[in-house]
Amino acid sequence: MTERLVVSPSPHWKTDKTVPALMLDVVIALMPAVIASIVFFGWKALAIILTSVSSAVISEAIYEKAVKRDITIKDYSAVITGILLAMNMPPGVPLWMPAIGSAFAIVIAKQLFGGLGCNFVNPALAGRAFLMAAWPLHMTRDWLAPGFFGGVDAGASPTPLAVLKGESSGVLPGLWDMLLGNRAGCLGETSIIAILIGGIYLIWKEVIDPRIPLGFIGTVFVLTWVFGKPGAFFQGNAVYHVLSGGLFLGAFFMATDYVTSPVTARGRLLMGIGCGAITVLIRLWGGYPEGVSYSILLMNLVTPLIDRVVVPRYYGWKHEARKEKAL
Amino acid sequence: MLRARTLSGGVHLDDRKISSGKPVEFAGIPPEIVLFMSQHTGAPAKPVVKPGDRVLAGQVVGEAQSFVSAPVHASTSGIVKAVENRYHPILAKPSTAVVIEPDGKGEIWEGIAPGSDDISALSPEDIVKIARNAGLVGLGGAAFPTAVKLSPPKDKPIDVYLLNGAECEPYLTCDARLMVEEADEIVFGFMAMMKAVGAPRGIVCIEDNKPEAIMAMERAISGKPGIELCVLKTRYPQGGEKQLIQVVLGREVPPPPGLPFDVGVVVSNVGTAYALAKAIRTGMPLVDRVVTVTGAVRSPSNFRVLLGTPVSFLIEKAGGYAGEPGKVIMGGPMMGISLPRTDVPVVKGTTGIVVMTRDEVNLDKPLPCIRCGRCVDACPLRLLPVWIAAYSDRGTYEEAEKYRALDCCECGVCAYRCPSRRPLVQSIRLAKQAIMEERRARAQKASG
Repeated sequence: MTERLVVSPSPHWKTDKTVPALMLDVVIALMPAVIASIVFFGWKALAIILTSVSSAVISEAIYEKAVKRDITIKDYSAVITGILLAMNMPPGVPLWMPAIGSAFAIVIAKQLFGGLGCNFVNPALAGRAFLMAAWPLHMTRDWLAPGFFGGVDAGASPTPLAVLKGESSGVLPGLWDMLLGNRAGCLGETSIIAILIGGIYLIWKEVIDPRIPLGFIGTVFVLTWVFGKPGAFFQGNAVYHVLSGGLFLGAFFMATDYVTSPVTARGRLLMGIGCGAITVLIRLWGGYPEGVSYSILLMNLVTPLIDRVVVPRYYGWKHEARKEKAL
Repeated sequence: MLRARTLSGGVHLDDRKISSGKPVEFAGIPPEIVLFMSQHTGAPAKPVVKPGDRVLAGQVVGEAQSFVSAPVHASTSGIVKAVENRYHPILAKPSTAVVIEPDGKGEIWEGIAPGSDDISALSPEDIVKIARNAGLVGLGGAAFPTAVKLSPPKDKPIDVYLLNGAECEPYLTCDARLMVEEADEIVFGFMAMMKAVGAPRGIVCIEDNKPEAIMAMERAISGKPGIELCVLKTRYPQGGEKQLIQVVLGREVPPPPGLPFDVGVVVSNVGTAYALAKAIRTGMPLVDRVVTVTGAVRSPSNFRVLLGTPVSFLIEKAGGYAGEPGKVIMGGPMMGISLPRTDVPVVKGTTGIVVMTRDEVNLDKPLPCIRCGRCVDACPLRLLPVWIAAYSDRGTYEEAEKYRALDCCECGVCAYRCPSRRPLVQSIRLAKQAIMEERRARAQKASG
């Protein structure tokens, strides 16, 4: 017989859930939040998202072309970075901001460290942190009051978190408005329901480990309930704390980034709890009203340490533990 | 019925047992029989025939040379054509083989004497001796000499014997068919095994995707003292020795060089039990086995195959290729070995031949590791394949050893799940080889 046969090491079956397939699932899961942002903030939201995504994809392609690496824009990871950065922007920002932020996220935070898999912090969050540091006024004041298909430029419409912290005067929106997203905030962080739909989709498709979002949100809930009200314990407005700011977006879509979160199940739970604790620390006692993105960035930095320390007990470890005891 | 625990890690695979309804049929006598002297774990046998000799079925052609070894027998009658090096499908290099040109008569050697139908008349030592002389090895794939398994050290009493009918590899149905058709023989062999090691308790373990086999075995063990059935939820790699012990008994075998002996357990495949039963009753050594020929062949089948039969002969018997062949795998798709050519013969450990079409063969270039941890979540030994492979790729094998590279059983779940399609098993295997070489070199230095 003269058949030409492929010889390769086992296993001879591989999953269909490749990197591009998983990333595409994340893009799909982000769609409800994207649609919600367009519904509440209109064409401005759409323009920010499109600018951010194209900037991310184009800068990835140009950089990879320039350094003669394989062009990896088809794996959707730059698309996700672009969408996530847009989701983290106030709807009133000028369009050059997402363009610069995405380029920074891709080139500085991701490609300079070696591209996908080698970055040590979440690129979208690094982009956001850069914009926060460079143009803080745009990032903290360009809020819009939501309106169906077109945000109303309300000058400085306060976010619920700023109100909670007492930095801005204003009335907290109703709980139902908080859930739907009918309130001031960044593009993608306002509609809890939209994010939850995407998050549940990711958990159902086994793309993300629920330990991170549950650990994150759970910790914020408990800590803000216990310490949320100055001078009294167990009286904090935990529900509002959990529902406001970028907590859901961060917990489901950013803290769960594979590259920058631990590889073990217990490590990931620790990551979620750590993110929650740092968020509450910043929200209640720090200088910013919001702490989600910095908490994730900090935990990204701790991830290699968690991976060194939190290792599963290998099959049969008890026997060796016993032997060591006997010695 | 015994309730099993859930496997830690592992994956649920599309089992594709397309040949499960096909009764076992004799594949026939091929034009050439190639019997390797190395068809088992341990020292190769030594050829005791020369070209021109006439041999008969069941006659010894290779003698065992040490304790961990097994003799090799002619699988049919014919003339020895050559004793030469042939390409070995498992070792993937040339290896000594006795080549026989069959005469088509299948005459049985006069030295074969019918044995006993009564286990109680046999002592444990008798049973071990029968297993040794019959050239029995584990037929689940690992091909560990059965006589060694049946001789646990005196200081390690065996309280449970597990009969492995899990058959967790996709496609393969040889064990399932054997259980359906030869349940009584299997149980007879199993009882002999239990007697040999002095195990008071035996458990037949089958995955729940084989209802017919479960029914047949349930009937066969009824009224047999000390034997129970344990139905397992289908999950790969549950048929691995260590995994089976964990899910059925909740015990964990110590890391290598630890053996199931150390936790009072012996595990054998159903095919081995059947072969032992045949050796006890008829005196016939291991000269054939059931092989599933499946995948992209026109008529997926289960064959009784004479050892040494060429793979190409079996593919023809199964109707030939369906579509353009891309890969021919000896064993299952998860742990099997892809063959470079099909003139290689079936050996004792060959459970199946799986043909994949060219379209099914994945040739994607691996992407960078994104540290998603899917390999970690799936590793049934709770290792960290991500780091072992990374250190191995970098050539820092001491680090790979610290992450317990040597514990790896190469089940392939990590590489199956890797979204970057990285060849994790291959990387870990390289690390294991490098570590073992380093150890040998150190030992040599110390002794020399």
